[in-house]
Amino acid sequence: MDFHLSKEQEMVRKMYREFAETEVKPLAEEIDEEERFPMETVEKMAKLGMMGIYFPKQYGGAGGDVLSYAMCVEELAKVCGTTAVIVSAHTSLCCAPIFEHGTEEQKMKYLPDLLSGRKIGAFGLTEPGAGTDASGQQTMAVKNENGDYVLNGTKCFITNGNVADTFVIFAMTDKSKGNHGISAFIVEKSFPGFSTGKHEKKMGIRGSSTCDLIFEDCVVPKENLLGQEGKGFKIAMMTLDGGRIGIAAQALGLGEGAVNEAIKYTQERVQFGRRISQFQNTQFQLADMHTRMQAAQFLVYSAAMKKQNHEPYSMDAAMAKLFAAEAASDVTRRAVQLFGGYGYTREYPVERMMRDAKITEIYEGTSEVQRMVISSHLGVK
Amino acid sequence: MKIIVCVKQVPDTSGKVAVNPDGTLNRASMATITNPDDLNAVEAALQLKEETGAQVIVVSMGPPPAEGMLREILARSADKAVLVSGREFGGSDTYATSQILAAAINKIGLEDDDVVFCGRQAIDGDTAQVGPQIAEKLGLPQVSYAADIHKEGDTLTIKRMLEDGYMTIKVHTPCLITCIKELNTPRYMSVGGVFEAYSKPYEVLDYNALKDDPLIDPSTIGLKGSPTNILTSFTPPQKGAGMMLEGADRATCEKLAGIMAAKHMI
Repeated sequence: MDFHLSKEQEMVRKMYREFAETEVKPLAEEIDEEERFPMETVEKMAKLGMMGIYFPKQYGGAGGDVLSYAMCVEELAKVCGTTAVIVSAHTSLCCAPIFEHGTEEQKMKYLPDLLSGRKIGAFGLTEPGAGTDASGQQTMAVKNENGDYVLNGTKCFITNGNVADTFVIFAMTDKSKGNHGISAFIVEKSFPGFSTGKHEKKMGIRGSSTCDLIFEDCVVPKENLLGQEGKGFKIAMMTLDGGRIGIAAQALGLGEGAVNEAIKYTQERVQFGRRISQFQNTQFQLADMHTRMQAAQFLVYSAAMKKQNHEPYSMDAAMAKLFAAEAASDVTRRAVQLFGGYGYTREYPVERMMRDAKITEIYEGTSEVQRMVISSHLGVK
Repeated sequence: MKIIVCVKQVPDTSGKVAVNPDGTLNRASMATITNPDDLNAVEAALQLKEETGAQVIVVSMGPPPAEGMLREILARSADKAVLVSGREFGGSDTYATSQILAAAINKIGLEDDDVVFCGRQAIDGDTAQVGPQIAEKLGLPQVSYAADIHKEGDTLTIKRMLEDGYMTIKVHTPCLITCIKELNTPRYMSVGGVFEAYSKPYEVLDYNALKDDPLIDPSTIGLKGSPTNILTSFTPPQKGAGMMLEGADRATCEKLAGIMAAKHMI
């Protein structure tokens, strides 16, 4: 396997890094503290093509590749987990399913605004009673006399929910068919009968918007059916396969960011008359932390490259997310330990990184779901 | 209309400075960046391009690895890059460099409505000589220290920032402007720009490409053609952290006077 980055990938990483250090890092603490969505950062990222990295220019994308997208999420997460997930959810969960499953008309209608970042995208699958068991959808879509769909139900924990203009929503068109009765729709914020509900107060990624979506006789035009009727569950699962690369990259960045902070801090902090980096425990901790994140990076990049090359990548994405998320939780926790009491305060970023990392083990498929995906690919029943 | 921007790859002086036995910088062993003032010149050119539709051509003299820097400027939406590179040009001081860059600009071709932008000075040599010398060689009017630029027809109105105030100057094209950091904030590369950067026009001008220009003569280029001799180069000793006293009251002033007296400064 060749992890040699192309010149363009090296260059775009440099650009992400400069942007993250200059524009994102200075806001990270504030948006976490105030639970404030960083719209000004999204506008800046939009101008630079970061909201449509791996999509073709004909739809308004930047013409990059999947690995360049993963690196973007990674570099953002090194300094701010919130900003990273905004890009990841928008790209993987809304732009990608429209690009991969939409008709030419749907793509021309929705992608230019989404990929240029003029509009933000979100994805609605999870419901209060349908989390890991996504097949338990209660939201119903019933055809009216015009052939349009009338949606009723509630989605919850929707990332970008309060700020998005365009949503990919899943609902039951035929309850009797189980998974095969689920369909996907493109829903606009302005559709009558659509509203957003309560904003969740979260442990981490506190600047990101997470809220309920409420459908009360929400009329969705028949042209907005995404893919075929009854194929929604498959679209959701394929979308989540791609989304896992984004979340794995977020976890990767969070862990790497914590390692960077810990290396810096332990070379400054003096105890017993020595820099704490001179103690072997510190050295071994940092060696283990870096090794875990390096292994995570290989898994994430491998999954991204397979997706780019149109090879099967479902298991790779699951392994990348599983490993990177658990590594990020472990590494950020160890970073707090190396910082000691200061690490537990909000004066330093590592406690925020530790809080941000935990969600990567939960959303877009818990670690347990990733293990189910991986073992099913192994044929273990 | 064309805007030609001269840029230089310089050592990243936030890292360690390495010096060759002959006193010149050991550039190969140091991390490099695009000279900061030159990025302001690039940004000025790109803004003028957005206003007028002009073509932006970025020119640099340097070793082949300077291509990376030029591609990064193409990724910021410049249209074409020209690298002036050859062993014959190595070791040039500001006089020789400006001869060579002027010849390169002649080769690219300067028309009546064209403009040349340079950064005020490079952070390695800090001379601020190359821009003005290029203007001399090309017989162009020059305006240095530009903090604001407006174009109307064939006239540029430039606000120069001087130590004790501003000076506003009008100049006709073709002309050469040197830019300072107060002029603008350089943009980032864009993702789309990065993925186009390696397919944009890129040209290398070597000695043979420029040798017929009257400015190019073995006695005026390279180390041998450079009238400047470097006697010695060294890394200056680090200054200690300064001391800040706050307040304008009598007690603070007396404390300041006391410190200065103790150091025999007064």
